[in-house]
Amino acid sequence: MISKRIIPCLDVNKGRVVKGVSFVNLKDAGDPVELAAFYDREGADEIVFLDITASHERRKTVVELASKTSEKVFIPYTIGGGINSTEDVREVLKNGADKVSINTSAVLNPDLISKSSSIFGNQCIVVAIDAKRTTKGNWEVYIHGGRTPTGIDALIWAQQAQRLGAGEILLTSMDRDGTKDGYDLELTKNVVEAVNIPVIASGGAGNLEHLRDVFIIANADAALVASIFHYGQHTIREAKEYLLSEGIDVRLADKK
Amino acid sequence: MYIAVIDYNMGNIKSVANAFLSLGISIEVTCSPEVIMNASGVVLPGVGAFHDAVRNLKDLNLHNSIGKIIEQKKPFLGICIGMQVLFEYGTEGQICSGLGILKGSVEKIPSGVKIPHMGWNRLKIIKKDSRIFKDIKDAESFYFVHSYYAVPANSNIVSSTTEYGTELVSSVEAGNTFGLQFHPEKSSSCGLKILSNFADLAFKN
Repeated sequence: MISKRIIPCLDVNKGRVVKGVSFVNLKDAGDPVELAAFYDREGADEIVFLDITASHERRKTVVELASKTSEKVFIPYTIGGGINSTEDVREVLKNGADKVSINTSAVLNPDLISKSSSIFGNQCIVVAIDAKRTTKGNWEVYIHGGRTPTGIDALIWAQQAQRLGAGEILLTSMDRDGTKDGYDLELTKNVVEAVNIPVIASGGAGNLEHLRDVFIIANADAALVASIFHYGQHTIREAKEYLLSEGIDVRLADKK
Repeated sequence: MYIAVIDYNMGNIKSVANAFLSLGISIEVTCSPEVIMNASGVVLPGVGAFHDAVRNLKDLNLHNSIGKIIEQKKPFLGICIGMQVLFEYGTEGQICSGLGILKGSVEKIPSGVKIPHMGWNRLKIIKKDSRIFKDIKDAESFYFVHSYYAVPANSNIVSSTTEYGTELVSSVEAGNTFGLQFHPEKSSSCGLKILSNFADLAFKN
C-alpha cells in the first residue's frame, strides 16, 4: 500500500527562503532550490514551496522557482502562492512543478478549481485551507494569509473543493501553526473523514510524536513539517526510522 | 550518441529531460521522426489522458517511428501514459485504440481505494535479472500518479507489480522495450538509477 508522506515546507519570499534554516553543510541555505535538493537527498517524499512574495512580480518568481527546482530536485514538488488563473497553473506545471496549491483564489473563485482540474487533471490541484477554531466548536476558513475570515465552515469547504476537482487538501490549523504543540488532530481527523482525497496536515509539528499522532490518530495521508527539520532538531531519516518503529509505513531511502 | 526524449505535448517533458541531464546523459528533446530514428535509445514520457496521448502521437506521425524503433529492437522506454499507449486499447472515457505494440489493455484501477493512486509505493520485482532494475532492491519505493493501469495479455512481460487494493502491473519488459507505470524522474536517487540503467543499455546496444 501507499506510504505516508513527509513533506518539508519552504516559505519563499522574493526567491529566498524566509524562515532561517540552520544547516552548516549547505552553501546557501537561503536558496530554496539548494534546500529542496538537500531534502531530496535526505529522503523527503515531496516538497511544498509557499511563495509569500507580495508584488506584481509574483507570477514570474513562482515560474522561475518551478523551473530552477526541476533542474535539481527529483521528487514531486508543489508550488503555492500567486496562482490566480489557469494560465498561472499552466506556466508553473510546464516548468516542472507537479502540483499547484491554491488558497485565497480558490475561495474567491471556485471556478478556478474546476477549470484547472479539468484541463490539467485533479492530481495536480491542491486546495490549501487555513482553518481556525470558532467558539461554536467548528472551524472557519480564513484567506489572505490568515487575515480575512470568510464565515465558511472548513469541513464544508473541503467537501466542496473535492467536488469541484481538488486532488488533495493541504490543511493548516491556524491555532497550532508556529506553536510546536502538535497538529490539530481533531480538525485533521474531521477533514480526513469528510473527504476521500488525500489530506496533508499542517501546523504545529514540534516533535516526532506529533508526526506519529497525526498519522495514527487523525489518519492524515501526509504531514507538512517545517521547523523540526529546518532547525536541525531531527533529520528526515530519524523521523522516518521513528515512524517505522511505530508501525507506520514510510519510504526509507537507502543510506548513501 | 544521445537518448531521444519525445516531446508530444503531454506534460512533464522538462522533468524527464532534466533528470537525464543531471546524470550527464546526452539527450535530444524532439518530435522529429529523423532525430528519433537516429537515437541510441528513445524515451516516451507523459502525463495525461490516453486518447490525448494517442491523438498527439498520430498527429505528429510519431506512432510509425515508435513502431519502427521497437521493431529494430532499439532500447525504448515508455513512462506512465507513454507506457500505456503501447497497448492495444485504453478504456479511459471510451474505448480508444492504442499503438498495439504490446498485447493487452489499459483499465481503471478497481474501486475501493483512493483514485488517483498517488504517492510512493513499493515494487515487487518479478524479473530479478531485469537490466533496467540493476542495483534496485526488491520492495524499493517509487512515485506513482495514475488512475488507469496496464493489463498485459501475456503475463510474461510483467517485470514488477505493486500492491494497491489489488496487484497492479507497475512495469513491463519485452526484449528492449520497457514500460514503467511510476515516474523515475520523480523517484529520487532510485528513479535516477533506473534512467541511468536505461542509458547504459542504450549506449552499449
